[in-house]
Amino acid sequence: MKKNVRIVINGAEHRAEVEPRLLLVHFLREVAGLTGTHIGCETSLCGACTVLLDGMAVKSCTVLAVQADGRSITTIEGLAASENLHPIQEAFWEEHGLQCGYCTPGMILCAHDLLQQNASPSEQEIRDGIGGNLCRCTGYQHIVNAVKAASRKMNQRQRAAARAAD
Amino acid sequence: MRAFEYTSPTTRQQAVELLAGSWDQSAVLAGGTDLLSLMKDDVVAPKRVVNIKDIRELHGVRFGPRGMQIGALTSLGELADHPLVRQHYPAFGDAVVEAASQQIRNMATLGGNICQRPRCWYFRSGFGLTPKTPEGKSLVEEGDNRYHAILGNDGAALFVSPSSIVPAMIAYGARIRIAGPKGAREVALEKFFVIPRTESEREHDLRPNEIVTDVFLPPPAAGRYAHYEVRQKESFDWPLVLAAVALQMNGNTVRSAKVVMGYVAPVPWVSEEAAQALVGKTVTEQTAQAAGEAAVSQAKPLSRNRYKVQLARVAVKRAILQAAQGKAEGGAA
Ligand SMILES: Cc1cc2nc3c(=O)[nH]c(=O)nc-3n(C[C@H](O)[C@H](O)[C@H](O)COP(=O)(O)OP(=O)(O)OC[C@H]3O[C@@H](n4cnc5c(N)ncnc54)[C@H](O)[C@@H]3O)c2cc1C
Ligand code: FES
Ligand code: FES
Repeated sequence: MKKNVRIVINGAEHRAEVEPRLLLVHFLREVAGLTGTHIGCETSLCGACTVLLDGMAVKSCTVLAVQADGRSITTIEGLAASENLHPIQEAFWEEHGLQCGYCTPGMILCAHDLLQQNASPSEQEIRDGIGGNLCRCTGYQHIVNAVKAASRKMNQRQRAAARAAD
Repeated sequence: MRAFEYTSPTTRQQAVELLAGSWDQSAVLAGGTDLLSLMKDDVVAPKRVVNIKDIRELHGVRFGPRGMQIGALTSLGELADHPLVRQHYPAFGDAVVEAASQQIRNMATLGGNICQRPRCWYFRSGFGLTPKTPEGKSLVEEGDNRYHAILGNDGAALFVSPSSIVPAMIAYGARIRIAGPKGAREVALEKFFVIPRTESEREHDLRPNEIVTDVFLPPPAAGRYAHYEVRQKESFDWPLVLAAVALQMNGNTVRSAKVVMGYVAPVPWVSEEAAQALVGKTVTEQTAQAAGEAAVSQAKPLSRNRYKVQLARVAVKRAILQAAQGKAEGGAA
């Protein structure tokens, strides 16, 4: 028995009739056509499929599309508000936080969840925060550096915005 | 994954009515971090899935004179960040923070953590809780049992209880409330887990048409608590062994103790031997060591898991020492 769902993805509403067993990651890629969210293991181990569900990082291969009904999703395509990259994306670029890029969308969204909760994480807190994401290429050090750089950028911009508002 | 009917009741009454009297007909869906894996692998194939996340009254944490009441749908992420959890139940808080990874904690609920199914690879491959060869021999005894039980393993069930949070909750004396067709009942969390003797039994005392609705943690008696995990790696995984302890003190001596081990038996294992070894003693390296010895005195390792006896002995000892020092932290092996 199919179900109607309404899911807001990156600010745009998507309505569809889906089978309850459809996974959110397949909804994003095949129904909404947003292929920036990657599928690695499909068993909730690798984190490649990480997206934000109402702002919280989740593994979209282990969420049903019907579980996201009425909620909002942010994928890598929707992270930056404008044409410019998001500071976390800039930091991954500048610090060489990626090689093949397969894990990158998931890493960036997981880092986003971490930085929302903890604007200035220590190296250990970063490593704990991204513990649910695997990377086969970088050896992680550049990813950790990128998250640190992103934290600095975001804090600086916030201070600048606060000064401008004064 | 097989097709199923999806329902989203908004009250516990409706939820209970939607659940059938047998396990293969229906299943409760909370965060789905475990249920969806089981369904993908066709280990379970319910015809109807009852999503309980829309039952609002099952969310959230309340703290009062009776202690803490936690709605079964409260996520592990919310609990990890909850200041009252850290303040009043630090060993429970540590256990929650150590479990899984950020993404899983955001989705996973406390009720689901209690009810998650065993990780035994024979069970996860569809051979059941008491897996057998065609000749009727135990697959676990004959096969790869490196992560299996060293205690409580006299019967056919040799898996280990999967939650790394439940032992700390038991150390704090947790009780759970369960809603069913005949109303609500309450049980001590320790009594909720049972060792199945046959394939028709489950690892817990839950009927197919019941849901866990609340967890109660009594006000923490002025005691000392700690939770100590031994893990194979620092990133997410289930621990190899863990120990959670609660010590009630009389000055410098232990008045009463609760020592709970995880991943050593098909249930969270409460060690009377370890508790007895501590009562009336001051906590020192030697008495903690003796309690660790006592905790594994009845252990019967299988062909490939003798190392777990040593891990359990050391986990109990270190948890006791940390509790005595007022530290509630775990550690990697
Ligand atoms: C990569 C990974 C690492 C993990 N590491 C750890 C770890 O270190 N420690 C640890 O403890 N766990 C760990 N887990 C397991 C995780 O904690 C559980 O999957 C999670 O807590 C289950 O909660 P849920 O809400 O997602 O449950 P669901 O998947 O929705 O349900 C799990 C089971 O419980 C039943 N159920 C759920 N809620 C109720 C209820 N209220 N009443 C009755 N039945 C119910 C369901 O029918 C199902 O059988 C890990 C999981 C993953 C994927
Ligand atoms: S694809 Fe979802 S965790 Fe690997
Ligand atoms: S950059 Fe290739 S997997 Fe991470």
